[in-house]
Amino acid sequence: MPIIATQGLTMRFPRVTALDDLSVAVEPGVVGLVGANGAGKSTLIKILLGLLPPSTGTASVLGMDIAREGVKIRESVGFMPEYECLPPDVSATEFVVHMARMCGLPPTAARERAADTLRHVGLYEERYRPIGGYSTGMRQRVKLAQALVHDPKLVFLDEPTNGLDPAGRDEMLDLIRRIGAEFGISVLVTSHLLGELERVCDHVVIIDGGRLLRSQAVEAYTTESGVLTVEVDEGRDALHRVLHEHGAAVRAEGRFLVVDIAGESTYDLVRDGVAELGLRLIRMEQRRHHIEEVFQETPAAPGPPGANVPNLPQGAPR
Amino acid sequence: MSTSTIHDIGYRHYDGRRNGRAYVLRSLYVHSLRAAFGLGRPARAKVMPFILAAIMMLPAAGSVAVFAVTKEEDVLMRYSSYAPTLQVIIAIFLATQAPVLASRELRFHVVPLYFSRPVGHLDFVLAKIAAMTSALFALIAVPVTVLYVGGLVTKVPHSADQLGRYLAALVGCALFALVLAAIGMVVAAFTPRRGFGVAAVIAVFMLSSTLVLVVQGIAESETNFTLSGWAGLFAPFNLVDTVQVRLLNAEKSSVQVAPGLKGGVVALAMCAAIVFGSVAVLYRRFRKAGLS
Repeated sequence: MPIIATQGLTMRFPRVTALDDLSVAVEPGVVGLVGANGAGKSTLIKILLGLLPPSTGTASVLGMDIAREGVKIRESVGFMPEYECLPPDVSATEFVVHMARMCGLPPTAARERAADTLRHVGLYEERYRPIGGYSTGMRQRVKLAQALVHDPKLVFLDEPTNGLDPAGRDEMLDLIRRIGAEFGISVLVTSHLLGELERVCDHVVIIDGGRLLRSQAVEAYTTESGVLTVEVDEGRDALHRVLHEHGAAVRAEGRFLVVDIAGESTYDLVRDGVAELGLRLIRMEQRRHHIEEVFQETPAAPGPPGANVPNLPQGAPR
Repeated sequence: MSTSTIHDIGYRHYDGRRNGRAYVLRSLYVHSLRAAFGLGRPARAKVMPFILAAIMMLPAAGSVAVFAVTKEEDVLMRYSSYAPTLQVIIAIFLATQAPVLASRELRFHVVPLYFSRPVGHLDFVLAKIAAMTSALFALIAVPVTVLYVGGLVTKVPHSADQLGRYLAALVGCALFALVLAAIGMVVAAFTPRRGFGVAAVIAVFMLSSTLVLVVQGIAESETNFTLSGWAGLFAPFNLVDTVQVRLLNAEKSSVQVAPGLKGGVVALAMCAAIVFGSVAVLYRRFRKAGLS
């Protein structure tokens, strides 16, 4: 059963269409929702929480209809907003306990779950101090803890890595991975950075201007492409020439040569060429796609065919 | 070697009880009521409410003490006049604490966290207003009770009359608390910065009572006591005092109150309008904030 399914979801505001006929279904696991700022990610989350009725279309979360079963959905999901949402004058413990009780957890359970959850997100002694004195990284952890404290089946994490330094970002991404893998809680995580989602997600949904661009498993984005990257110590240009003479489609890209794979013979060709020239071969690998390439392709999609070809970034898979 | 280690026993799912709406509502009410007195928050948050509560106790304790010595019945304050007499202190309490309940969570964007949980918009507003009302009721009714119990202990005459007046005064206290909380919460909810919130609530009470006093002064000098009474409906303390005088048999503590039973009914209707209006306005305010 899909954890989230939308059919023809459209959200129009007076000045802007935030979501435009979005139909997508995702299975349990860690799901990334990617889009530029203003692509409609936060609006989609509010609709899925049952807080904002869509203009048209329907959606279900954990098999429950957003229009009729909003309260039941909100009992079984957690939400971490992208903005600051913490009162500065209470301690993390006090705050998370309160939020647990707001989900209906009895007092003792609320305290135990709050302590457990804060430990899982990596807040220890400092959880007794008022939140006002916390660093951004610690605040993000408290925000995450309040979303997890009632043991939801699904959490919506809106831009959880926003404002974090690289180390904090890595830790947050590890945590998200653990929430999906160890805690067994499905995650919908939004970001405008594809690279980080590539690391933690099983499935990535890309929206742009409120429209679905693509929804598929991460592996599908990063399948092997039909090009070979070749790196030699020196003599790149010589090798380029030799390969070209033997009829391979080859082009230089930075320190590398990129060779289109025509078949098994291409590998032999590179090997022979390198041997012939007596070069030192450092690397020869089949290149994988990056999720980012989806965005690099997108300007091409709506335009007339052919008009966009010169703009293709180097190395884009074809 | 450290002797104690933290054993990571991994993530445990929660499959215990999950209570329903009534529990959530009660928890939010208790949390807000505690917040109104700064409980569960740093020491400096407790200073103001407790100082004000202490000041509220002084006249009651003082008048009982004086009565105990002099046995003069006049020195005991009337129960129904307690709130109007100490209206400045009550207004300051409301001004400092209503923003804690109404605007703190708006300002720090905590509100959406409630509504992304099984907390209804109306429940949220009702719990908040109920908490502020209870805090104000405690602030006013405790000294009134001290006054009554102190009177009993020091043997005030006509103790049966006293009980009747005391109970009527408690109803009055509840109405004061409800109307003042409703006004204070709305004003605070629209001034998210705490400092402005405090000033705005004070200003509403100062301006309304000053304007009403000016109008009443002019009316009284023209010996138009009816106009003076009706004008009193536009100052919160005077308004509730009108209900106390006309419907609860109290003596008036304000300059003038609206005449007759009709005056009392109109005053009560205005109180109800203020309370329901406040719930409606707060409902819209928080609902909007929950979506931002």
